[in-house]
Amino acid sequence: MLTIKLAMRNILGAGLKTWLNVAVLSIAFVTIIYTQGIYLGMNEQASTALVKVYYGGGQYWQKDYDPYDSFSLEESHAPLTPELETFVQQDQATPILCALATAFQGSRIIPVQLKGIPPDQKILDLPTAALNDETEMIPALIGTRMAKSAQLNVGDLLTIRWRDVHGVYDAADVKIVHIMRTTVSTIDASVLWLPLQQMQKMYDLQDEATLAVLTQTVQPVAVTADWRFVPPEELLADIKEMVQQKTIAASIMYVLLLFLGLIAVFDTQVLAVFRRRREIGTLIALGMTRARVIKIFTLEGILNGLLALLVGALWGAPLIWMFARSGMAMPDFVDNMGIAIGERIYPVYGAGLILGTSILVMISVAIVSFMPTRSISHLSPTDALKGKHR
Amino acid sequence: MSKHWVLVLSLSLNSLAAEPTGQQILKAVDANITSDNKIIATKMIVRGRRSSRTIESLSYIAGTEKSYTEFASPPREAGTKMLKLGEQLWIYSPQTDRTLLISGHMLRQSVMGSDLSYEDMMEDPQLAPFYAADIVGEAIVADRSCWILALASKSQDVAYSSRKLWVDKERFIIMQEERFARSGVALKSLQVRQVQRQQGRWVATHLVFKDQLLAGEGTEFIITSLQLNAEIPDHIFTKSMLRK
Repeated sequence: MLTIKLAMRNILGAGLKTWLNVAVLSIAFVTIIYTQGIYLGMNEQASTALVKVYYGGGQYWQKDYDPYDSFSLEESHAPLTPELETFVQQDQATPILCALATAFQGSRIIPVQLKGIPPDQKILDLPTAALNDETEMIPALIGTRMAKSAQLNVGDLLTIRWRDVHGVYDAADVKIVHIMRTTVSTIDASVLWLPLQQMQKMYDLQDEATLAVLTQTVQPVAVTADWRFVPPEELLADIKEMVQQKTIAASIMYVLLLFLGLIAVFDTQVLAVFRRRREIGTLIALGMTRARVIKIFTLEGILNGLLALLVGALWGAPLIWMFARSGMAMPDFVDNMGIAIGERIYPVYGAGLILGTSILVMISVAIVSFMPTRSISHLSPTDALKGKHR
Repeated sequence: MSKHWVLVLSLSLNSLAAEPTGQQILKAVDANITSDNKIIATKMIVRGRRSSRTIESLSYIAGTEKSYTEFASPPREAGTKMLKLGEQLWIYSPQTDRTLLISGHMLRQSVMGSDLSYEDMMEDPQLAPFYAADIVGEAIVADRSCWILALASKSQDVAYSSRKLWVDKERFIIMQEERFARSGVALKSLQVRQVQRQQGRWVATHLVFKDQLLAGEGTEFIITSLQLNAEIPDHIFTKSMLRK
């Protein structure tokens, strides 16, 4: 207790020097938590949006389907297995047929991906009911990105050309029946959603699909080798990896900030050991062990860290709470980065993040506080009393 | 006398007596189009909304399976090379110094902004093996008397399910063509503006190819020089030529 009291009295006695150290450390502490919260929020927001509108509780992929290889799309279709048919009939899965086509808008050729989906599906949070359009035209649902890039409005006609499963050209006008607003660019940019049956007819792929999306409440079952189940974790792996990479890039900033704070503490400790050598000599001469003196000095450093956490909590908590509640506006370019974030990002600050960052700061402060005090262990009390220091 | 001229001559003699059938005309057209080897220098004029570009190239063609094209101008396209071997098409870009295999949906993209897609370039020019032809009328095109042929694909896997051809009655050369989708929508059209006799054969030397779904005036092709049955060394049709 005496050690703590002594250490506390010493750092408070140091005045401005202590508060400068505390300020720098608290800035590093709050910035790390704030930035990490943004990345966690980004991950959570993107994952939730993707699960809601496209990934569901996982997807069954036709064996040749590779979303990153558009060349594979022409071969990626097969009839649903009896198990998948049962899921579809019980409203636990929805089939989607994907194919490539070319859209013609004035003098522009736009390569597009057509996605056929049952208009009455309830698995994905998509306004597919709009595809129940009774007109003779093929109804099409698009997203705002597609509408913007192709300059389309509701009611507009768009000519599309495709080659059916036999390689025969066909063309027709589709009518834009609805423009949806979504944060997920995968289902929006260069994508036209059509009624599944109509698309199966267009491509002569009766009862076939490219993938089937499961609802989140159902357990996947084993199916034939023509299909494979892709769990949500695998589907979201890219988002996680991207966020992880961004976190790693941001950690350079954390290291720099923390380094600034730690260098201040280290410097203070080195100076304290040098300037307070008479005090050290007196304490040892009075019978205090060197280990205990080191403990006092190390504790002084650690108390800097503790004060920084306290001060950081005082000014950082309201700020962080405000951002977590109202979110942060994202610039337009973020929308083109392929991350399903939307216009605002809502940071997520979990207990793990705050506790982890606090421990990291405290351990680092403890190490840099201890290092300069090691010289006390071989300090002769008489030399110290004389003000000598080796 | 080459085989195709025997066919064209016999059809011409037949036509004095009785009108040939659509299929016979189609075979004569095929015979006129195909030659063993040819070296062609062309100009392709691509008309945009504001300006037009002229792309010059030199092509070496062996039958219907092999072709090698090198683009000479404009400077942006100069040095670009294309090699077609059977069903495969490679393109070499000097800017990136890379050779790309054009496949899948890339084949549907336009060749240098023209109305022609890579798929169109890959197409077998022969028609008789794939289409049943009927004479549906007669018309005068560019002052030439033509038969109008309606072509319907013989099988389910032919790219254009129907076509309409205007074939010169004397020269057995296509003067005009329309290609249709399965739904009957017109997709591509071709109009011959000039025909010249080259090495004893009638050849369309100036034609306009148009993607009917695109707004615009179409792409003009002008053959500036043509060498039929030319000697082409085998190494021209190898991938190593692309990076030379």
